Amino acid sequence: MKVIVSFVLALVLFSACQNSSKKTNDSGNESVSLTAAGATFPLPYYNLVFKNYTKATDVLVTYGGIGSGGGIRSLKDKVVDFGATDAYLEDGKLGEMPGEVVHIPTCIGAVVIAYNLPGVDELKLSDQLLEKIFMGEITNWNDPALKANNPDVNFPDLEITFVHRSDGSGTTHIFSDYMSKVSQKWADAVGTGKSLKWPVGMGAKGNPGVAGTISQTEGSIGYIGSEFAFAQKIQTAKVQNSSGAYILPSIESISAAAQGEIPADTRVMLTNSSDPDSYPISGFTWIILYKDQSYDGRSKAQAQATVEFLDWLVGEEAQGQAARVNYAPLPQAAVQKAKAILRGVTYGGETLLK
Amino acid sequence: MNSDKITKAVLFSVSILILMLAAGMVYSLVGGAVPAFKAFGWQFIFSGEWNPTEGREEYGALPFIVGTLMTSFAALLLCLPLSFSTSLFLGEYFRGTRVARILGILVDLLAGIPSIVYGLWGFYVLRPALIELGFGGRGFGIFTASLILAIMIIPYATSLSNEIISMVPNDLKEAAYSLGATRLEVIATVTIPNARSGIVAGYILAFGRALGETMAVTMLVGNTNVVPSSFFDTGNTMASVIANQFGEADGLKLSSLIAIGLLLFLITGIINAVGKLIIKKMN
Repeated sequence: MKVIVSFVLALVLFSACQNSSKKTNDSGNESVSLTAAGATFPLPYYNLVFKNYTKATDVLVTYGGIGSGGGIRSLKDKVVDFGATDAYLEDGKLGEMPGEVVHIPTCIGAVVIAYNLPGVDELKLSDQLLEKIFMGEITNWNDPALKANNPDVNFPDLEITFVHRSDGSGTTHIFSDYMSKVSQKWADAVGTGKSLKWPVGMGAKGNPGVAGTISQTEGSIGYIGSEFAFAQKIQTAKVQNSSGAYILPSIESISAAAQGEIPADTRVMLTNSSDPDSYPISGFTWIILYKDQSYDGRSKAQAQATVEFLDWLVGEEAQGQAARVNYAPLPQAAVQKAKAILRGVTYGGETLLK
Repeated sequence: MNSDKITKAVLFSVSILILMLAAGMVYSLVGGAVPAFKAFGWQFIFSGEWNPTEGREEYGALPFIVGTLMTSFAALLLCLPLSFSTSLFLGEYFRGTRVARILGILVDLLAGIPSIVYGLWGFYVLRPALIELGFGGRGFGIFTASLILAIMIIPYATSLSNEIISMVPNDLKEAAYSLGATRLEVIATVTIPNARSGIVAGYILAFGRALGETMAVTMLVGNTNVVPSSFFDTGNTMASVIANQFGEADGLKLSSLIAIGLLLFLITGIINAVGKLIIKKMN
């Protein structure tokens, strides 16, 4: 595995070097290049802002969307400057890393509930209904429990088909984390994870696979990453949040999920937020890096470029771009915490950012 | 050194290289699979439990072994009448005619279509058609995957058997005709007995293709990690679960996926060996 990851990264680096050599010729001075890999969920956002950063500063930032697991592995193997993950590292996993690792949240996304019911434009789902549907206790759309929650909707006599992800995914992690919080039954029987033992339903690969299967199957329901669902204008259900309000996922309602208290190390799941305007199935995505940057013979310039870039990434300019690619920007409190963490990053004991 | 010796040396080293590649693959598969077999023992092969949730991890390969064998055998059965008739048509009835040439090219063309294109066609055309015909409610499952596999392996089965059938000596057939045999009798008593080992080899090749097919199957099989209860149930195959899950896998799960890869390798090996044995017995 290590070999494969390093090989892929070598390829990425190789192409990166070719690009940067051109850049050097233009501007005349030597440029630093950064390499990162990990989660695919924030990929559209990273692609956009990393390119902008390279344009503005000549620091080339290359990102490989190889999945959160791959991002963590790459950082562990020290083949990247920083990794990216949709699920924060639990204490146990943190202990397995060769050095102290810090988390920097970069933007907020959500998981939306998509459905295919001809003639139904609005669907309100309470946490009890979500539990019953996804645990397989309700199997037909004409179930009285659905009608009771949506009195204005005429439900057809149609079998419910639950479509979930067949591949491991941070989207599944956020979805199952929310389900575990609102349903004890789910927590006991299924739990939280990037891939699960599903009580019912069928699997499809990736957001496009799930979305495609739902659009092709009448009576289906499933969960999709918000960045994909918003870009494709997929019809989504309103989900009841902890204050009892039914909320449609949107950039604003996702952003509201992060208004609550955030711990200093930012390792928190935003699902089932207490904010009354929040969409409850939301979550941060993180960049992970070593707290001390002087490892494996890294130069100080490389370390400096890494933290300066990340400081820019959580700053106003980059965050302003998030909504363009359907992510919610970090709220001010989270930005403050991220900046504080970056100011704690050192090179041989010396802090890099003022 | 003369050119003969050089050629010999080159050929020898290239063959050794191939052998080393195969051995290296087996070595890394076995190495990667060790943790899974250590954790679950032989139960890994016979357990239908696949639970990747952290803290409750338990892996068994049975759902995927059953799914793979069900889809592949069904595909072989479904492809048999089609490809066998086609190869008789091409190699016997219309041998050497323009119709046969064009049809032969078209059948070979089927082999060149990428797997993902079969998958898309299956998803957007075959599946809705099956729902229309009333096969299962959702159209996903073992049966749909077997159908698409059957279409995909037709060229492999057809090409080889057609070659072999057209190679049956004319003298033999003419002798049978002179004894007053009809065309059907000639096929049944002369052509097929003479060509049977080649025909069987063609179907073994086709079966091997079906075992390892990934993309088109993933799109249609439903990807549920439980032992399918019928041909119209959803399931998953060994190749498909590996392709789906290895991206985010680590630790025991990664090892279990590699172990499934090793089992797939072994099953393919066994099928090939059995095929060779059948061919040997026939001759």
